[in-house]
Amino acid sequence: MSPESETSGGLKTELTLGLPGDLQVQKSGIKRGFSEVVDLKLVNDSKAESQPPSTTQVVGWPPVRSYRKNLVKNCKYVKVAADGAPYLRKIDLEIHSSYQDLLTAMGDMFTCLTICNVLNERKLVDSANGEEYVPTYEDKDGDWMLVGDVPWKMFVESCKRMRLMKSSEAIGLGAAAPSTPSKGSSTSC
Amino acid sequence: MAYSFPEEVLEYVFAFLSSDKDRNAVSLVCKSWYEIERWCRRRVFIGNCYAVSPQIVIRRFPEVRAVKIKGKPHFADFNLVPERWGAYVYPWISAMARSYPWLEEIKLKRMVVTDESLELISKSFKNFKVLMLSSCEGFTTDGLSSIAANCRNLRELDLRESDVEDLSGHWLSHFPDNFTSLVSLNMSCLGSEVSFSALERLVSRCPNLKTLRLNRAVPVEKLASLLRRAPQLVEFGTGAYSTEIRTDIFSNLVGAFSGCKHLKSLSGFWDVVPAYLPAMYCVCSRITSLNLSYATVQSPDLVELISQCPNLKCLWVLDYIEDAGLKALSSYCKDLQELRVFPSDPYSAEPNVSLTEQGLVTVSAGCPKLQSVLYFCRQMSNAALVAIARNRPNLIRFRLCIIEPQAPDYLTLEPLDTGFGAIVEHCKELRRLSLSGLLTDRVFEYIGTHAKKLEMLSIAFAGDSDLGLHYVLSGCESLRKLEIRDCPFGDKALLANAAKLETMRSLWMSSCSVSYGACKLLGQKMPNLNVEVIDERGPPDSRPKTCPVEKLYVYRTVAGPRADKPDFVWTMDEDGALRLS
Repeated sequence: MSPESETSGGLKTELTLGLPGDLQVQKSGIKRGFSEVVDLKLVNDSKAESQPPSTTQVVGWPPVRSYRKNLVKNCKYVKVAADGAPYLRKIDLEIHSSYQDLLTAMGDMFTCLTICNVLNERKLVDSANGEEYVPTYEDKDGDWMLVGDVPWKMFVESCKRMRLMKSSEAIGLGAAAPSTPSKGSSTSC
Repeated sequence: MAYSFPEEVLEYVFAFLSSDKDRNAVSLVCKSWYEIERWCRRRVFIGNCYAVSPQIVIRRFPEVRAVKIKGKPHFADFNLVPERWGAYVYPWISAMARSYPWLEEIKLKRMVVTDESLELISKSFKNFKVLMLSSCEGFTTDGLSSIAANCRNLRELDLRESDVEDLSGHWLSHFPDNFTSLVSLNMSCLGSEVSFSALERLVSRCPNLKTLRLNRAVPVEKLASLLRRAPQLVEFGTGAYSTEIRTDIFSNLVGAFSGCKHLKSLSGFWDVVPAYLPAMYCVCSRITSLNLSYATVQSPDLVELISQCPNLKCLWVLDYIEDAGLKALSSYCKDLQELRVFPSDPYSAEPNVSLTEQGLVTVSAGCPKLQSVLYFCRQMSNAALVAIARNRPNLIRFRLCIIEPQAPDYLTLEPLDTGFGAIVEHCKELRRLSLSGLLTDRVFEYIGTHAKKLEMLSIAFAGDSDLGLHYVLSGCESLRKLEIRDCPFGDKALLANAAKLETMRSLWMSSCSVSYGACKLLGQKMPNLNVEVIDERGPPDSRPKTCPVEKLYVYRTVAGPRADKPDFVWTMDEDGALRLS
């Protein structure tokens, strides 16, 4: 039974996150295999109606220091790096309710990237050069995982920081021994 | 034939001058006064690390004992300044290590500090006493280990609001057993647990310890032991203030607090359980400063505490206090000078607490000494602002953040121009102002006309046209720092007021309408300014000159263009000399 066939739903608007390739080795036992990946339901299949900028979408507004945000329980800020982008961003995982939401926000943040839903894969594509990026994250155990493996809430709980990795480099992630990208960057969390 | 006082006499007189303004004035009298003054200046404040170079400072002031340096612009606090932008302290430390062997104090704000810098500090200055790192980043707890291990005469270590990579709590154990000089320790921004026994021993052997701000990892049941070892404390910050309620812990804490006859300031209170708050009641009558901005506690519990603090001068609190709590504050705390109300849930569209403009109006009416306000709320009216202005003409700082951008007067749906106009008109000593809500060019006309003592102005999502910016730049005589985001201000006002920028420390504009061409022109016209364009989209040259830049940072400098720019910052007209010839 291929994982993909189990998870493709009947509705056109349902999308799943998952990767072709092997099941990862379960470390904690609570991380799910591909047969149980989360289904995503899109509210609209077109881009959301353009809304006036609400406070959740404006960078640096309201002007609250980040250490204040993380203290009140319902905020969780993580750094997001994109390979090739000159600077890091921060994103509040708590204000998003799903992977789709998160990817939309990331697409907004790194404005040269657009969401591209190809088969069952969730990627961001640089419209200028066609380069594909996959969202990855470092979890509490220090492992680098593909975004979308675990239920949303669990992801929010365990995500320490994120990286939009070039597709070509992401091969092998999610396999038995997740490779850690170089930590030689000048910024660290 | 001129007779003058002997140098020694002048030096003796100058020693009484502590303010930089006075010393600068004295330096301008004549050459000999300039010379005498520069040899006896002991404290230097550098408001923008790129306005001057370490070499220039050291050349002029060879005998400095204390430096204070600021780096990134204020909007860096809200993630508007990209990482790797700059403000590295290392060049300063390395230059001072060579030239100021007797340096005692280093205070830094919004600078990038590495472990290497900290190690260099710890080894270069034999009499080093004070290290304050405010909103800094780039270092780890390993750097703190160097400081602890090597600074034998350290008095103050204050890490307030810095972003430290916390590798472990082990750094604290590096203070040697014979180290007893500590007066102030603020580690509240750290995450890891330090060795509690090391902390206890450190506190026990430092009889002059006056300030101790713990981090969240120190649980409430451990506080009593520390307080009993340091009953002379004046400022104390708890760790996490929650645990299951146990009468023995509670009574122990009450006993410990009651031994602290000199406590004036309290902070901390993460995860506070209201039942533990009464443990502090015995010290409340002397408390002048209370930081409850991490205390997620409801209004009645806050009021219980505040009502015991008649001498309160400074209160930082979450909006859980609500209008009712602010009303109580205004009746109990007649000495209040500073109020900051932070949002508990800044991102939800709907209010989660009953805090409105009314709370601030009430405090402004009831607290005659109120001079400094920072207030986050979700609705405001011109009527309220006018009332506040009339009640409190003695306001010096007024920072209002209405959470929804461009929110109008909720009663009349008009812009809030009149309200803020009243603030600047009545509060003649106003030095700092932050605007929010729906605002037209009109508010800037009021500000330019009335705000003659205004030194710092923050603007977001406001104004209609260049006229707004022009009013401010041409009218605000005392303006030093101007920061603007998401406003339709463009080239005309900027270029027309280019000379003004030389009288200011800095100007920040992001997501406005300033074109690359105008930035270039400004850079060419004004050799004493660094005009820096920050743009993620690649070199501005690759886009039309009319294209607006993402972010612009302009500051006066005697040090020329900076050499440490990252690849997304361009200094306009860096090679101006070549171009003009």
